[in-house]
Amino acid sequence: MSGLSISRRGLLAGMSAVGASAALSACGAKTGSDTSSDSAAKADTSGSTVKVGLLNSLSGTMAISEVTVHNSLLLAIKEINAAGGVLGKKLKPISQDGASDWPTFAEKAEALITDDKVVATFGCWTSASRKAVKPVFERYKSLLFYPVQYEGLEESPYIFYIGATTNQQIVPALDYLKKQGLTKLYLVGSDYVFPRTANKIIKAYAKAKGMTVVGEDYAPLGSTEFGTIVNKVKDSGADAVFNTLNGDSNVAFFKEYKSSGLTAKSMPVLSVSIAEEEVKSIGTQYLEGQLTAWNYYETTPGAANTKFVKAYQAAYGKGKPTSDPMEAAYISVYLWKEMVEKAGSFDVAKVKTASDGITFEAPEGKVTVDGASQHVYKTARIGKVAADGLIEEVWNSGGPIKPDPYLKGYSWASGLS
Amino acid sequence: MTTTTPSVTSVPLLERFRVPGGFVLGAVLLLGVAPLALSDFRLSLLAKYLCYAIVAVGVSLAWGRGGLMVLGQGVFFGLGGYAMAMHLKLADAAATGETLPDFMQLYGTGDALPWWWKPFANPAFALAMTVLLPMAVAAVLGFFVFQRRVKGAYFAILSQALAAALSIWLIGQQATTGGTNGLTDIQGFFGYDLNDPVNQRMVYFIIAAVLLVLMAIARQLFVSRYGELLIAVRDSEERVRFLGYNPANVKLVAYVVAAGMAGLAGALFVPAVGIISPALIGIVPSIGFVIGAAVGGRASLVGAVLGAIAVAWAQSTLSDAFPAAWTYLQGLLFVVAVGFLPGGLASLGVVLRKRRTRTTPIPTGETA
Repeated sequence: MSGLSISRRGLLAGMSAVGASAALSACGAKTGSDTSSDSAAKADTSGSTVKVGLLNSLSGTMAISEVTVHNSLLLAIKEINAAGGVLGKKLKPISQDGASDWPTFAEKAEALITDDKVVATFGCWTSASRKAVKPVFERYKSLLFYPVQYEGLEESPYIFYIGATTNQQIVPALDYLKKQGLTKLYLVGSDYVFPRTANKIIKAYAKAKGMTVVGEDYAPLGSTEFGTIVNKVKDSGADAVFNTLNGDSNVAFFKEYKSSGLTAKSMPVLSVSIAEEEVKSIGTQYLEGQLTAWNYYETTPGAANTKFVKAYQAAYGKGKPTSDPMEAAYISVYLWKEMVEKAGSFDVAKVKTASDGITFEAPEGKVTVDGASQHVYKTARIGKVAADGLIEEVWNSGGPIKPDPYLKGYSWASGLS
Repeated sequence: MTTTTPSVTSVPLLERFRVPGGFVLGAVLLLGVAPLALSDFRLSLLAKYLCYAIVAVGVSLAWGRGGLMVLGQGVFFGLGGYAMAMHLKLADAAATGETLPDFMQLYGTGDALPWWWKPFANPAFALAMTVLLPMAVAAVLGFFVFQRRVKGAYFAILSQALAAALSIWLIGQQATTGGTNGLTDIQGFFGYDLNDPVNQRMVYFIIAAVLLVLMAIARQLFVSRYGELLIAVRDSEERVRFLGYNPANVKLVAYVVAAGMAGLAGALFVPAVGIISPALIGIVPSIGFVIGAAVGGRASLVGAVLGAIAVAWAQSTLSDAFPAAWTYLQGLLFVVAVGFLPGGLASLGVVLRKRRTRTTPIPTGETA
């Protein structure tokens, strides 16, 4: 009995302490009121260096892709420091590992802003990680530069979207397929937000423009079982496959695709998540002749790209491929530098105001920042995988396309959001 | 803490005040020292660790005392978390004059709210569901599983399958559950603005208080007649059956209570971290929930709680310095704890004493 009564007393003491503390603490701002204590981050710009945050998955399933983005960010920072820094201050990169886990991304973003007092953060890859950190950047009024093509339908005042939105990648890809007379599509994707949203757009486009979607299948992320899906594709009578599979699944899918007798000639596959890095890991023999849609390829002509490829390979090894997300990460640091220098300040509000109309001679060609949507004008490019594993451009949009994350300028997309 | 109740009479003074003294010390540390010593950011991290600790309290009961390999706690954590997040998303939407949460406008059909979302607009219903829903699922599952005398590895595999199934289902229902993104961007907590650091502190206090209260309840369960019976079932189920008890019911209670605790932890995780997603529910996080308890000592309440906090803290800290190595270290910790120190760090003293005297048995929860 003694054990029982003692604990009961302990319980009472604990309860009263709880009551007291709750009474003391419950006096914060109500939702919607303007009285909330200012939680805007105070970035530290006092010294001769300023810190910038790099937020990528350095471990976990996404590491294989995100480490290349991380390397590209470090390369840009090194180049900028060698040229004198930004506003006379050198940049000190602070790396945090998002560990392919979305709540960890949110935690690390907060660490960068509040502990390291960074002036800006670069990174994130998956939409889920971006959605997880978005409230953190908004709460602290700090800037994130996001380097990956994504599913659109987002405009956060504290995020700059440097990768393509849907009207700069998926819509041009559909235009291209239609022009080639490939109007019966089979949609294959990994089961997450980007493929599901992309396919919603594709179906709306197809309905309005006389194309047909003959099948739609999703595989769990990381799935390597594609026998059933490939058989369905084969029997569907489709002209082409629109592929939004991610990561390892592509390896299994394309092996199965080839062994079932389907080829790039008989039924081409257009992929939106396969870049130079992935071509290497899947194997060129499975991919030769297949199509991709991006804004940049390692083979994109121009002096800026020659310089980028050379610098990247000098830093990280001969023969290392460069890809679209890597290029977007690389230019995101330069675009931020241009914004800060135009603003004459690291202040977030001033940088945002200065962003509109900033241009940069990027490896992908000239890019311009659209201040209203905080996206970038980019040129769409359709490529074909060559025998050497590089991707050769077969078509481009002729010039940068204005970003339209909500597809407001496309009448067929009016029912989407 | 030992597995048996100390005998009523001759308890030494020190021993007599050990439990309430430890409880008060814990309360002072959590409610007094931590909020004063830690920055807002560190305190919000601690709030997250304490949510894992709440799950560990349940794990300690079901696995440590009941011998149930609860490798699917992610399911209950997720049910509690989604119940809470659904209410908060609806409240956020209502605050801005919308009827649908933001993600449904983007990814959904744009029509009316699904019928199963509607009741969650009511705060009392949602709060009750954070605990009752996981408990109900655990009760149904546990009833069939324990009646059929499924145990050990089979029970663990079943739990894991359920965790995988729920997470895949949530991913598939993007229009109504947010898919892989989960429910994010939560602005308010029952009318309080979560962007305000003061309110973030309030959330911390609530979580710390819930943890302390649940620890007190678990401690009462441990020393009660039921606690004795639970250990008896763990160590010799057949003998308990011959004595006239139904072991299935004994296990069911521990399983359901542990599920309720995991649900509450999930519900509190949402305002503390601002996200709930299928990635927090599947097999890997479900295993993560028990690693802390295993390392700290699953049969010891304090050991399990401190273990959960320490492992979560180590993950945050070490993963920065050694991003790739952390996963291996975590696996190694689990193997070492289960293989060589089944009572966890909490039993280290006993093990060392045993080395010296080689008499007292180790109070662990070692059953197949």
